[in-house]
Amino acid sequence: MSFNEKAVIMNAGEMARAVKRMAHEVVEANKGVDNLVLLGVQRRGVPLAKRLGEAIRQVEGREVPSGALDITFYRDDLSRLGPAPQVSSTEMPFDVNEKIIILVDDVLYTGRTVRAALDVIMDWGRPQAIRLAVLVDRGHRELPIRPDFVGKNVPTSQREIIKVRIKEIDGTEEVVVGEVLE
Amino acid sequence: MILQRKDVLGLEDLSAEEILGTLDIAGRFRAVFDRPVRSVPIMRGRTVVNFFHEPSTRTRISFELAEKRLSADIVNFSTVDSSFKKGETLRDTAENLAAMKIDMLVIRHSSSGAARYLAEVLKCSVINAGDGAHEHPTQGLLDIMTMRQRLGDLRGRKVTIIGDIAHSRVARSNIWGLTKLGAEVTLCGPPTMVPGALAKLGEHVKVEHDLKRAVADADVLNVLRIQLERGAGKAFPGNREYHRMYGITGDVVRGLKPEAFIMHPGPMNRDVEIASEVADGPRQVILDQVANGVAVRMALIYLLSGGDPGALAGGAQ
Amino acid sequence: MEWSWERIPAEYLVTDVFVCRQGKVGKRKGFLHVKRGRVEGLGVGAPTLEGVPVLDGGGLVLAPGFVDLHVHFREPGGEEKETVASGSRAAAAGGFTSVVTMPNTDPAIDNAGMVRYLIQRGNEAGLVRVFPTGAVSPGRRGEGMCEFGAMVEAGAVGFTDDGSPVRDGSLMSGALKYAGHLGVPVITHAEDTTITGGGCMHAGYWSARLGLAGMPRAGEDAAVFRDIELARAAGGHLHVAHVSTKGAVEIIRRAKAEGVRVTAEATPHHFSLDHARCRDFSPLFKMSPPLREPDDVNAVAEGLADGTIDCIATDHAPHTATEKEYQFDQAPFGVVGLETAFAVGVTYLVRTGVLDLGGLVACLAERPARVLNLPAGGLDEGGEADFVLLDPEQEWTVQAADLRSRSRNSAYLGETLRGRVKATFLRGRLTWRDRLGVQE
Repeated sequence: MSFNEKAVIMNAGEMARAVKRMAHEVVEANKGVDNLVLLGVQRRGVPLAKRLGEAIRQVEGREVPSGALDITFYRDDLSRLGPAPQVSSTEMPFDVNEKIIILVDDVLYTGRTVRAALDVIMDWGRPQAIRLAVLVDRGHRELPIRPDFVGKNVPTSQREIIKVRIKEIDGTEEVVVGEVLE
Repeated sequence: MILQRKDVLGLEDLSAEEILGTLDIAGRFRAVFDRPVRSVPIMRGRTVVNFFHEPSTRTRISFELAEKRLSADIVNFSTVDSSFKKGETLRDTAENLAAMKIDMLVIRHSSSGAARYLAEVLKCSVINAGDGAHEHPTQGLLDIMTMRQRLGDLRGRKVTIIGDIAHSRVARSNIWGLTKLGAEVTLCGPPTMVPGALAKLGEHVKVEHDLKRAVADADVLNVLRIQLERGAGKAFPGNREYHRMYGITGDVVRGLKPEAFIMHPGPMNRDVEIASEVADGPRQVILDQVANGVAVRMALIYLLSGGDPGALAGGAQ
Repeated sequence: MEWSWERIPAEYLVTDVFVCRQGKVGKRKGFLHVKRGRVEGLGVGAPTLEGVPVLDGGGLVLAPGFVDLHVHFREPGGEEKETVASGSRAAAAGGFTSVVTMPNTDPAIDNAGMVRYLIQRGNEAGLVRVFPTGAVSPGRRGEGMCEFGAMVEAGAVGFTDDGSPVRDGSLMSGALKYAGHLGVPVITHAEDTTITGGGCMHAGYWSARLGLAGMPRAGEDAAVFRDIELARAAGGHLHVAHVSTKGAVEIIRRAKAEGVRVTAEATPHHFSLDHARCRDFSPLFKMSPPLREPDDVNAVAEGLADGTIDCIATDHAPHTATEKEYQFDQAPFGVVGLETAFAVGVTYLVRTGVLDLGGLVACLAERPARVLNLPAGGLDEGGEADFVLLDPEQEWTVQAADLRSRSRNSAYLGETLRGRVKATFLRGRLTWRDRLGVQE
């Protein structure tokens, strides 16, 4: 599948500011960081969750534990997935029971990934609450899911693709919008 | 694509990449066992039939557990040799199963080649859970997984398999899998149980009838179950003699390399092929093998399900 | 009068053919003159006979009708696999005009009445001469001897418990002596089942690799050796069926040199295929004795070439598709062979230079007839006109649907072979005409 890049919609500075603002909002909404844990969805949600944690530490001066969630075995599209499912691992360095979990992902689109992530979390225990933080919300939801914290709302067409690039994974830091070429 | 195939019939057919890829996925599944909820929903709505045409408890339970942990729907189906032989052929059975639109068939059969035959006849995926003395690929994979957990890369590692190799599907799957990953395999047992022709299975396969020499520089001993009901008196004089000549005793273990460890596919005949002292000792990894068995089977079922949408759509012809 | 395939005349000439007999193919084209089922004359050139229709052989090879010393026609008791009628059709299509049937039917051919019955069934089918063998022991149970004398009188040409060996050495010894004085051989299925028991393929690399129980060569070698020593002592005639090991070939070679009255046959599959064929677990390669190793295959071929092995016999062993659909270790032993024997011979013996065409034909016609002293296999003036027309060059692919046998368990399905039987004549009458590739 080739991809025609159209525009950069966030640069590194904008991404950092968005994370910082979200950190403030999280602390505000939660009235502090008690019981708070962060869970990034593999793969780009994981470094984003770490950054959000770091930003919260700068605001509140307290560490917020951060984990990683792999949703591969919870997908609802096994047969369409076809070859080479990318399986990474779940790292849950805390007990999820009675925690307030901030689920972190890079892009919110149909909501199916979030649905799967909620199921994974539920299989680990019974948190007090789960909130959703995403760097980009591009619309086109297929499930009744809505984010609590958003870095940037980006109206898109369904033919478009949003790519978040993160230094730890992609070597660069930006969000771009592009189009799929047939 | 990790598995480029519809079926898993033997490790002879798999490439090193396929084996390592499968073990990687199995590792992810093992992590799931540590959660409060030990199943994942990925195979929801898929039907797996466990067709056991030979008595088996452990393998069947392991497969069942693997399937349940993937949230698949399971049907267990066992037949005893005698009633089967008279009427229905394997083909009849296969076509019946196919007509029921199943997604996957796990088969254990007393005849070598039975799994392969079904795989050719059926459109759904087939996993060989042991066919005659031919192959037992899931056992081979779990053994290799257990070895890799301890040793990492198996290249140049020395694995000694001890027992009735001639009649062992476990041994054959081990031989194929291990040699593909670069390990050196020594087969040990009396000449009645270890035919010399087996050394021709690979460049790095050798036959050594002397136990001491066979284990001297081994990193792993894979000790096979002696089939007490089979061959006693012809293949070997008896259990006491076997234990004396080929039993893995405390003395044998004390002569091993310090980090070498002992595996056994179970169920054990204590004080025949393995001394109780060793079976209960610190050098064995038998329970790891059992846990890995479930994970490996989950991985294969998962990978075969994702790899062939056609089979998933219907299963039958 | 014109030649007509539809109404074969009582007297005719076959011309424009290379006549092959006594191990030699004529260098010049020749003819065969048939009159009322007998050979009126044969030779080189093409005589003109007023009013006698002429079949133009178009350069084909004309040879004596083939003789198969080893077929299983399954009647009575196994009619779903083959009958004397269906087996006769397969035999005719393979160029055979005489067959020797094995007695391991249900019930076994163990009395004179059964022998007569089979001959009668053969006559009814009318496509091939049927020469029954009788069982050594009643019910082939390996205990006691059948009434050889009465059975020979009825037409039995030898005795065997084929399918199983005669385990009891003293019974074998007695049978050799007793049959010897009646002028017929004992045919041995040479297998020591205490050595091969439970096996389903040759014991070697492939059985080790596939995890299938093996049948060691020693099981055959030991049995051949035993029976030869018994024959040496008894003075009777021993015929060794389906020789498959290099050891057995060597033992027979030595015994012949030492003057023991032993003859032997080999099947097309044992001189063409080896045990690697079993690699896909296909029961089409399951036979007893099993397919062996390449050096055995070569030894069997050399044995045919130097006369240690007297002749080719098919061990035509039909089994229904259902039976061959069982997994390898559960499937029955045996494959059909009548319709592919000549082509397998051309492909694996003639084209490889082991035998020339004349030698192959001798292995299929004169030599087997001589082993059992059958009034067949020759092409002599005044003798009965059993003959075939052969195209040694035609290539064809073995397909189940083309087989005349009631069973299709051929080891050569899908294989392209060279050499085709174009027509078969029994007593001057057409029993087979090849339509393969003919546009109609």
